[in-house]
Amino acid sequence: MRSSPVKLRVLAAAVCVAAPLALTACSSGGKTSTSSSTGTVTVAVVSNPLITGQMVPLTASVFEKKYPGIKVKFATYTEGDLRAAIEKDVSTHSNAFNVIMIGPYETPLFAKNGWLDNLSTQFIAKDPSYDAGDLLPPIAKALSYQSGLYAVPFYGESSMLYYRKDLFTKAGLTMPAHPTWTQVQSLAAKLNQPGKVAGVCLRGLAGWGDNMASLDTVVNTFGGEWFNQQWQPQLTSPAFEKATNFYVNLIRKYGESGASNDSFNQLLTLYGQGKCAMWYDATVAATSIATTYPSIAAKTGYALAPTDVTKSSGWLWSWALGIPQGTDNQGAAWKFVSWATSKSYDQLVASKYGWAAVPPGSRTSLYNTPQYQAAAKAFAGITLSSIDSTDPDHPTVNPVPYVGVQYVDIPQFEILGVQVGQQIAGAIAGTETVSQALKNSQADAAAYTPAELSGS
Amino acid sequence: MSAPALRRGPRRLRELSVRVGWGVIAWVVGIAFFLPVLWMVITAFKPESAAETWPPKFIFTPTLSEFHLVFSGMGPFLTHSVVATVGSTILVLLLAIPAAYALSVYPVKHWRDGLFFFISTKMLPIVAAIGPLYVIALHLHLLDSIWLLIVLYTAMNLPLAIWMIRSFMLEVPSELLEAARLDGAGRIREIGGVILPIISPGLVSTALICVIFAWNELFLALNLTVTNAATMPMFLISSVPQEGLYIAHLSAAATVASVPVIIVGWIAQRSLVRGLSMGAIK
Repeated sequence: MRSSPVKLRVLAAAVCVAAPLALTACSSGGKTSTSSSTGTVTVAVVSNPLITGQMVPLTASVFEKKYPGIKVKFATYTEGDLRAAIEKDVSTHSNAFNVIMIGPYETPLFAKNGWLDNLSTQFIAKDPSYDAGDLLPPIAKALSYQSGLYAVPFYGESSMLYYRKDLFTKAGLTMPAHPTWTQVQSLAAKLNQPGKVAGVCLRGLAGWGDNMASLDTVVNTFGGEWFNQQWQPQLTSPAFEKATNFYVNLIRKYGESGASNDSFNQLLTLYGQGKCAMWYDATVAATSIATTYPSIAAKTGYALAPTDVTKSSGWLWSWALGIPQGTDNQGAAWKFVSWATSKSYDQLVASKYGWAAVPPGSRTSLYNTPQYQAAAKAFAGITLSSIDSTDPDHPTVNPVPYVGVQYVDIPQFEILGVQVGQQIAGAIAGTETVSQALKNSQADAAAYTPAELSGS
Repeated sequence: MSAPALRRGPRRLRELSVRVGWGVIAWVVGIAFFLPVLWMVITAFKPESAAETWPPKFIFTPTLSEFHLVFSGMGPFLTHSVVATVGSTILVLLLAIPAAYALSVYPVKHWRDGLFFFISTKMLPIVAAIGPLYVIALHLHLLDSIWLLIVLYTAMNLPLAIWMIRSFMLEVPSELLEAARLDGAGRIREIGGVILPIISPGLVSTALICVIFAWNELFLALNLTVTNAATMPMFLISSVPQEGLYIAHLSAAATVASVPVIIVGWIAQRSLVRGLSMGAIK
């Protein structure tokens, strides 16, 4: 009676051992890095509309027709998943991605670790038609490491203030071209109609790319800093505390209700539905307002990011394309990267979707194109001057040991930024005081030694 | 009217009101569960700028534009999901039936330990195993391969399937098995000719649960696949941008993604109800 279960068990064991071996045999092909100019290029991208709505369809309809030997596959992720997927891929050398979309935060860190190709020496030097000198200087600098470009920008952004011209006129108010935060506060007090229109809409959602991006620009312009030259955390310094108190009070008094849940998308919806008199956010929102809410766009005015003691305060970000080291089909990968970040790509988008929809903030030539100047005249100039006035090496009043306006370019910031963001969101929601939130944040930052933070 | 009839009146009324009460509760709970789904479907037909408004809009011009976008991009994701789901469910049934037989009808030595071992594999959170899984898949060159998902989904659903099928097999009357044996039926005949026809509603409900779990699985797919095996849940989350509106698009994608499971569930409805109540009669 026992014989057949034994037989079954032996069979099951054999199947268990054989199956993975068979699968391995099936899939283990030759895996050596090649510089082939044909083949499949897998691209990891963030799922923003300029990518999913334009880059992906144009790649199929134009790029793959132009280069029949190249097949492009997109892996589309939310921002958090993209970072996780890319870091896992490049740090383990899995080489699943031939091209990755990264920003100024990742590029220098990855380049330092030897995970990225130096695009300047490996490709741009041999490709004179790719006019790298045309890339906007602050963006190109933010994507460089030791004077080599390790990623090239698909689009770039700073931050600015949007306001409703009609509400300002009705209230007899005017917006200065270069407002201070004190002016914004007094304007917000006059425009705020609780339950109807918020005086000013600001990000409150916890996250280093969410509420901390906005707050960091306020901290910088109030003269605050994350770390002093000795890498000692400064989150309870008078300037940091003053800026945070200002930001949190501004939201709590004249901001949108439930602000601790709001970031770019929620605020875009509120602003588009006429529920914000002012909105401080990314310059790329101008393109979103123009394409999604045309009637509100017609009533929208634009001002530079508000300041306090510094001359400018806008942040700097770019979604850029880089090529991980040691991956296959590098020639084909560069063909794709150079196509998607070229001048002719802008022309292509313009011919399909109109000039106002062209990815902003990457090339100087776009801002010299008469058709773009005409189509985006309301916000093109201010976007360009916002980006041009940023300086990630000197974000605040005092010299600091780190690079980055709305982030600190150290690996630990991905965790620290979120921890502090949660404390600030708590203060905005009213579950703790600002000084308590900053004390906790200071303790989080003090968990790292200066040696760890400086990477020495 | 006689006295007993008088007494019966209020009792009947009470019975009726109890039945109506339960009916009302069932409807309220049913509607509460259904409303978000209905709202998702309605939102899928809205233009993006009208998807998220306060107060909510009930009257709007419906548009199919989000569905067009969804259909244009989901092809490979759908294929991968179907292959991984169907493949793993077939494997689960092939392995779980003999395993459940050996743990119920003719229990092997230490069958309790075996049974506990199977369920204990579900006690480790999958997030704790993802690191080793990734490294193993990397070295076997199985990252981004549909075979990997089939194997992992099989492993994920197998313990539950063994437990479920075992409980169904225990319900099969032993007299029937004895009669079959007296007629000279071997093991295979006994399983194929007697047990399986009796527990088929249970198998259907087990298969359906495996299908649902495999179809909706995100964590493993997100971490171990990129493009060549990316599944529908990955398609869903890829429609959530940081800088752009997405509620209508996500609703359309989620509506499309839930249709196959609803169809399978609807087809299997009768067996499902019988199967799920099978274990309950004990």
